[in-house]
Amino acid sequence: MSRPTRIEVNCETGVETIIELTDEEIAQREVDAAAFAAAEAERTAAAEALAALKTSAKAKLVAGTPLTEEEAATLVI
Amino acid sequence: MANTFELIASSTVGSGGSANIDFTSIPSTYTDLVLKVSGRQGAENAFDITFNGATTSYVVRRLQGNGSSASFSDGSGTTTAIRVIGIASSGSTANTFGNSEIYIPNYAGSNNKSVSIDAVNEDNAAEAYMNLAAGIRSNTAAINQITITPRAGSLAEYSTAYLYGIKNS
Repeated sequence: MSRPTRIEVNCETGVETIIELTDEEIAQREVDAAAFAAAEAERTAAAEALAALKTSAKAKLVAGTPLTEEEAATLVI
Repeated sequence: MANTFELIASSTVGSGGSANIDFTSIPSTYTDLVLKVSGRQGAENAFDITFNGATTSYVVRRLQGNGSSASFSDGSGTTTAIRVIGIASSGSTANTFGNSEIYIPNYAGSNNKSVSIDAVNEDNAAEAYMNLAAGIRSNTAAINQITITPRAGSLAEYSTAYLYGIKNS
């Protein structure tokens, strides 16, 4: 498998160079990708939890039943 | 009013992709810079821009629409780069590329470096992001290097970046 590369363009000379990533750069990319995936999972879970709270709050409002504090917080700006 | 809009440098990603595109030795002879990026990458629809290789002191605020609703984003508090939601991902319609324009005024001056961004991630689907954003790097050093790094995977073949210089006199 070929090694990942990056492009460097020197604006003074106009020379474009394709450079193989170092071991450290590859390792950093893997760390960044893992951190990004974890952050995305967290963001998605938070969005889904908020949507569920809003749905529950709306249903309770329609039914005239008490809302929890968390549910009420989704309706009050 | 700008009276010069001149191509400084450009790059087109070849087969195999690229981890980033790095414009170095940017001359300080212009008033402003404009960076235009057309790209496609891995699983995410964003890329990062950093100045002078630095990964600190960035802030971005974004107004965005996704095809059905509008929202505000502070970039999830990211301070390591100017994050641009303006690139197609592997989940986007095949052969589509996102487009972004990043305007960088007074890049060679001694004030903090602000940017304005107009970007779309392009997807022939119900959800596709378009956004206007403002960003800043709280650092007074002149910008002589700009690095474009996709958030996931590599920039796909045929992705392009064009850097223009603008003079107001």
